[in-house]
Amino acid sequence: MDKVRTTFDVTKERIKKHLLEGKRFDSRKPEEFRDIVIETGVSENAEGSCRVKIGKTEVLVGIKMDVATPYPDSPNKGNLMVTAELLPLSSPKFENGPPKFPAIELGRIIDRCIRESKVIELEKLCIKEGEKVWTVFVDIYSINDDGNLLDAAGIGAIVALKNAKIPKYDDKEEKVVYGELTNNSLPLAKNIPISITTHKIGDSLIVDPTREEEDISETRVTIGSSDGVISSMQKGESIPLSVEEMEKILDLNEKVWKDIFKKVEKFVK
Amino acid sequence: MTTKNTQKSEISGTTKSKKAAEAKDLVGFKRIDGRKVDEIRGPIKAKVGVVDNADGSAMYQQGKTIAIAAVYGPKKMHPQHQQDPERGTLRCNYNMISFSVTERIRPGTNRRSTEISKIMEWALGPVLMIDKYPNKVVDVHVNIIQADAGTRCAAINAAAMALAHAGIPMKNLVSSVAAGKMDKTIVVDLNKKEEDYEEGEGATDIPMTFTPDGKLTHLQLDGKINKKQLMEAIELGKKACKEIYEVQKKALKEIGEE
Amino acid sequence: MSEEKHRKIIVPGEVIVKGDEYLPGEGTEKKGDEIVALKYGLAEESNKLIRIIPLSGGYQPRRGNVVIGKVELITFNGWVIDINGSENAFLPLTEVPRYVNKNELEDVMDINDAVVVKIWGINKRGIDLSIKSRGLGKIDEGIIIEVNPNKVPRVIGKEGSMINLIKEETGCNITVGQNGLIWIKGDKVEKELFAKKAIEFVTQKSFISGLTEEIKKWFEEEKK
Repeated sequence: MDKVRTTFDVTKERIKKHLLEGKRFDSRKPEEFRDIVIETGVSENAEGSCRVKIGKTEVLVGIKMDVATPYPDSPNKGNLMVTAELLPLSSPKFENGPPKFPAIELGRIIDRCIRESKVIELEKLCIKEGEKVWTVFVDIYSINDDGNLLDAAGIGAIVALKNAKIPKYDDKEEKVVYGELTNNSLPLAKNIPISITTHKIGDSLIVDPTREEEDISETRVTIGSSDGVISSMQKGESIPLSVEEMEKILDLNEKVWKDIFKKVEKFVK
Repeated sequence: MTTKNTQKSEISGTTKSKKAAEAKDLVGFKRIDGRKVDEIRGPIKAKVGVVDNADGSAMYQQGKTIAIAAVYGPKKMHPQHQQDPERGTLRCNYNMISFSVTERIRPGTNRRSTEISKIMEWALGPVLMIDKYPNKVVDVHVNIIQADAGTRCAAINAAAMALAHAGIPMKNLVSSVAAGKMDKTIVVDLNKKEEDYEEGEGATDIPMTFTPDGKLTHLQLDGKINKKQLMEAIELGKKACKEIYEVQKKALKEIGEE
Repeated sequence: MSEEKHRKIIVPGEVIVKGDEYLPGEGTEKKGDEIVALKYGLAEESNKLIRIIPLSGGYQPRRGNVVIGKVELITFNGWVIDINGSENAFLPLTEVPRYVNKNELEDVMDINDAVVVKIWGINKRGIDLSIKSRGLGKIDEGIIIEVNPNKVPRVIGKEGSMINLIKEETGCNITVGQNGLIWIKGDKVEKELFAKKAIEFVTQKSFISGLTEEIKKWFEEEKK
């Protein structure tokens, strides 16, 4: 089956028309997310892992840690590296091969959300200043794409980080003893950075688009914030936004953040 | 410690005493996790329809090894120059996710995943009937979510279910397992610790794939083994594959009962 | 044997029945005196002919099928249409019920337009389409949904009983493409979405017997 189908134009027109009345095909309100299902500890060899489902969209996020030399301009700080892969198994849109722009952008957006929120206390990941620090790898994989992989990845990243445990480090041998975890969680601050993407379709603003809705999204703004403090933002695609629309997006983001926080709260305690 | 002389007789070995010793080994050998020599790891879990977007998909777990397979096709083959005008093409893509193993794997392909992708094509190809899809491709993508040895076998098992689930015409399913040898004992389904076994003759790892009617579509080996032991291992593997076939069949049949 | 009962799920390679009197139908082959499945699906027997009804897998184009497709390409004498099968299909100028000037092809149907077409021929070169009969042609508005093509017979029902029930209860015009694409057109989006929901209900419950009763009950509930 040549399933590289984008939504038919006639359906797109209907989606837009319905949105003008504030209605969506699956009866959700514009500011409503689909059901979120979170499972932690899904991959035992990872230092932390989780599976996040938003509706039928599914991602897997894993945390791996290693000891390395610090960056020269931050000799007493641990390293953070966020990578995303849009697996060909998750959608007919994704091809085998080196990461293309959507995967690179996704990784970088989530990286900024985590990094700029300073939720990971990188100074506490220093083992020996200038010589040895912990590197935290956050690896994001798509398993099924039915729209909004971005926000699913964002939730997955923070949940996996909160659930990770630091592996044992053998000082004598100077290497990590994988498979043996200490009881120590990562040094994390109390804030919970969650990234939420708002999409503009015609004159309507929605969050958590299905694949059909994503197909007609004209532009999107992803905001990483925690309790009203915005730490990262990215506008994607080409249609311009008015300042009023931007303000509406910020308001919407604040409202939705509170809803999402309630849903993921127990996984990030 | 075996001396050179005894080593020689073992390799040619058919003496009475050796047979007795082997029998004792088979019965008395204790595996690290307490399994019998012919016991597959549990839990064994299999499910189809795990990736909504795919034409067919399946998850296969054996012990701590978990594989997810998704099939897209038959569809037009791109790039065009790889099209086969006489028959359809099977294209497998195997990869382990970075955190499936204890030491992180850099995302992306590597030589091992490229080789295993090809091995999968050879293991699955013989049962597929895609001759009537010229210029088309059936893409099978498999990712290992968690690894504890036997990953290519789990991948093949998941892929076989996913191909059937996708409605691809097939003569049969195939089932795969790694048999092997630990020191002198023939065992089936080695886990990672067993693969790394170093005592005596060390570990020999023999992944293989069988059709339900007992034909081999895939066989690899690395280690140290004589012909007789190899034949034993293959027989043990064949038996184990029959068990695995039943699990795959059940998963496909249970699809309506949700 | 009634249509819905006595069907069991068969995996490829499985022996369905044994006995010389049986004949191998679609998705099966005869090996000795056994009928063996070559596809995953439900085994069905009718008059000693055994066939597999696929549960999954793509659409297999057939002559006479009415399907919904999307215009991929416009050539000098027609339109190349993606009908969700693994072959592209071609609608020539000559199979349109009115005269079309070679320069106005885009005006009749443009790239990405959705269209209801009929398959009138399948040959080595590809699939030949026509829009000469009633009910065929470009889709102007409405929603197009997609279901598993193997469930289309259930959505249509015996002699159209199921789809007609849905049309009546939802007040929509519905064209079911054999390739799993379904066009729903109503005077309100809510009605179209209601029809979509009804069709999804049918495809999810396609296994059970007495589906007509089930859906009647469902409509009663939904109307409350």
